[in-house]
Amino acid sequence: MMAAVKVDRVKKTFNPGKSIVTALENISFEVLRGELFGVIGPDGAGKTTLFRILTTLLLANQGEAQVDGLDVVKDFKIIRKQVGYMPGRFSLYQDLTVEENLSFFATLFNTSISANYDLIKDIYSHIEPFKHRKAGALSGGMKQKLALSCALIHRPSVLFLDEPTTGVDAVSRQEFWELLKNLQKQNITIVVSTPYMDEASLCNRVALLQEGRILDIDSPQGITKKFKKPLWAIRSKEMFRLMQDLNKMTEVESCYPFGQDHHVVIRNASLINLLENELVTLGHIDLKIKAIDATIEDSFMALMK
Amino acid sequence: MNVIEVNKLSKHFGKFKAVDEISFAVSRGEIFGFLGANGAGKTTAMRMLCGLSLPTFGQAQVAGFDLYKNAEEIKRNIGYMSQKFSLYDDLNIRENIRFYGGIYGLTDSEIKAKTGTMLKNLKLEKEGNKLVKSLPLGWKQKLSFSVAMLHDPQIVFLDEPTGGVDPITRREFWTMIYEASDKGTTVFVTTHYMDEAEYCHRVSIMVDGKIDALGTPLELKNKFSSSTMGDVFIKLARKAKRGDD
Amino acid sequence: MKQFLFFVRKEFLHLWRDKRTLFILFGMPIIQIFIFGFALTNEVKDSRIAILDEAKDEASEAIIHQLAASQYFDIEKTISEQQLVRAFREGKIKLAVVFPQKLKEQLQHTNAASVQLIADATDPNVANTLVNYASAIILDYQKQSKGFEPIPYTIKTEMRMLYNPQMKGSYNFVPGVMAMVLMLVCAMMTSISIVREKEMGTMEIILVSPMVPLLVMVAKMVPYFILSSVNIASILLLSVFVLDVPINGSLTLLVAECLLFTLTVLALGLLISSVSGSQQVAMLISLMGLFLPTVMFSGFMFPVENMPTALQVISNIVPAKWFYYIVKNVMIKGLGFQSIWKETLILVSMMIFLMAVSIKNFKTRLE
Repeated sequence: MMAAVKVDRVKKTFNPGKSIVTALENISFEVLRGELFGVIGPDGAGKTTLFRILTTLLLANQGEAQVDGLDVVKDFKIIRKQVGYMPGRFSLYQDLTVEENLSFFATLFNTSISANYDLIKDIYSHIEPFKHRKAGALSGGMKQKLALSCALIHRPSVLFLDEPTTGVDAVSRQEFWELLKNLQKQNITIVVSTPYMDEASLCNRVALLQEGRILDIDSPQGITKKFKKPLWAIRSKEMFRLMQDLNKMTEVESCYPFGQDHHVVIRNASLINLLENELVTLGHIDLKIKAIDATIEDSFMALMK
Repeated sequence: MNVIEVNKLSKHFGKFKAVDEISFAVSRGEIFGFLGANGAGKTTAMRMLCGLSLPTFGQAQVAGFDLYKNAEEIKRNIGYMSQKFSLYDDLNIRENIRFYGGIYGLTDSEIKAKTGTMLKNLKLEKEGNKLVKSLPLGWKQKLSFSVAMLHDPQIVFLDEPTGGVDPITRREFWTMIYEASDKGTTVFVTTHYMDEAEYCHRVSIMVDGKIDALGTPLELKNKFSSSTMGDVFIKLARKAKRGDD
Repeated sequence: MKQFLFFVRKEFLHLWRDKRTLFILFGMPIIQIFIFGFALTNEVKDSRIAILDEAKDEASEAIIHQLAASQYFDIEKTISEQQLVRAFREGKIKLAVVFPQKLKEQLQHTNAASVQLIADATDPNVANTLVNYASAIILDYQKQSKGFEPIPYTIKTEMRMLYNPQMKGSYNFVPGVMAMVLMLVCAMMTSISIVREKEMGTMEIILVSPMVPLLVMVAKMVPYFILSSVNIASILLLSVFVLDVPINGSLTLLVAECLLFTLTVLALGLLISSVSGSQQVAMLISLMGLFLPTVMFSGFMFPVENMPTALQVISNIVPAKWFYYIVKNVMIKGLGFQSIWKETLILVSMMIFLMAVSIKNFKTRLE
């Protein structure tokens, strides 16, 4: 089966002023047709640079990439006709209405709103009541959906979404991912980037990106399974003191706050009882200790080091 | 003792009630999470508390000073850090510290001493003369926070300080928040990361200009029968009329 | 107080590190002072004048001698009246001095004679100045020679202002205003519009689409092209009906030349947009790099002929200079294509060159 996206040892550097910044270093991966593929990483990881190379907007310094079997350098004109792209900050024309934006993009791709309406129907239904409103006056969640509709209007074979959920409220984020899953059923390959680690688990496979390098590529479950170290969730009444105490203990390799619990990596699973006793001695009340499976975030942090 | 007291604070823009009679109090040394969806009124409320915008009506006292009469004193006693506005990219680290030190009214020797300590704590001793724009995002955030605390303010307001940073830096940042709170600084923070809501002593959630929930994370989770703060937030946000109208 | 000082210090640091602004703040005033101080002058020196000497006697020779000696004039002798007319039409001379036959005789016998001064008044300021200089010299001659003659006589100077008998300043500045307006609308606004698309991020989406990027640029230019045409039409209408500036030449030719200039300037706008990263930069380049040189070098405020040679050379690459010349000739002097074909050719080649460069420079990628 032909890969929808193929990246082979891509490297990209920038020269702002006198220094040289390496945005991407030796990036290689494949996205299979119909996959929902996530590129997960914080700001500065190189997500946008990668997406711009794949959408033919930037040239890599080294390496090659193909989208739909077409080379991003030689066949860029053809690629530009068939992919859908939603850049960061989902650029829309603020002073045009919803409908005007949509028809503009439809015309840009030599199609019409009605031609592929079935594809965007679910998404557009959320914003259709506001179709005469200027895009600038929409809320973040609505802009997101409009931008997505505009990117889909020509039924692309591959959809590139660069941080579509950044800066949008939690409810809209959830809704957006539900929309993406539905799109997948229409056999569109979707490549999404996001800084939110929890969104990784919603993808078929993910690439973890940090400072221009890939930390790992696998399905979310595959990545977390690779976390071999013993991981415990520990909580008590005084979380800050707990963290300070845990960090001082020799059995503890790392201790990070994770919401309600601290995720603690211990050097050896057998030392857990020793640890518990120590904590009790130190006066920690309401102590709860539980062995847990790693999350993507745990894996990311372990791979970062 | 309460360092922030808010009573029916409101801000109207014409007919639009951006902030609609919110009331709450924050005690010294507390880490107070101020949450809400985009458009709920968080930023407007924060700007009022920082003395940056006058309320339409309602009362508030910040660091013991009245919002209407003593806005300038408030600004002297608080620190502010936001993801967007913090340090000057084209100045180096030392210059930034010296500038803000001067703005906050510190003496030269104080500035010198604090610069040394800060660089040491952040492990940036050798980078003192580097331009801020050359720093990775995570370092910038940590440095911004330290600079906001340069004058040992009573309260520090943090506006989505951890947006976009890597997971390790995010947690290191929160360790710094914990340490500040431990030393008695009150931290007023907004965030989009729901796990960070759990780190707060108490949390308020704004919906459509009003405060729909106020309490410790545990209290709120019980009240809304949720296992995480994320669930609490989603339950409340779904009720919101604003944002999608 | 301390806070204030710290703030000031910070501002200096910002300024020092922004080289581009530094250049504009320090470099530009210095350059401008040099230019205004030494190069641009309202004074008119070494102006080419022609003499039609029908007298060819002592008196005329004496006056011609004085005129030649003056720093203001550079004499080109002419023989016939047709040559005179042609010289004016081709813009070779700005002033002609016509001596009547038997000047000396007339002076001796009738104690009065007239010398005619004919000036090109399309630029009324220059015309006035030259006429005044010439009159002064003639008056001087009178004073000098009075000493040798028993009876005082007077030389009357008759003045004829060609093309612009009422010496209206508007004849001069209407073409100038047209050039400036087109510069502003076409170059600056077009470049800002293109760069704004880049800043908003929508340019990215447009690039990743089947649309030929160049057509995007053309699409952006069209509204400004139409706007400029409307502008030109309104300026012409106002000039004719409100300012009483005539359109002496062919309107079709005038409009065609205006459109040519518009296209040239649009190409400039495109070029500026391809090197500007932000709207502010585009605006700055348009103002400093286009607008200002247009004002200085087009000839409508300061006579180019009186600038140092180096600057005269530079003025040749300012499209507005050629446009100004063409419009003056067609609109005010009422001349036809034969008189401006060279300048039109220059403008056409400028346009083609600029279009080619800006198209080549146009980036189909983000870097």
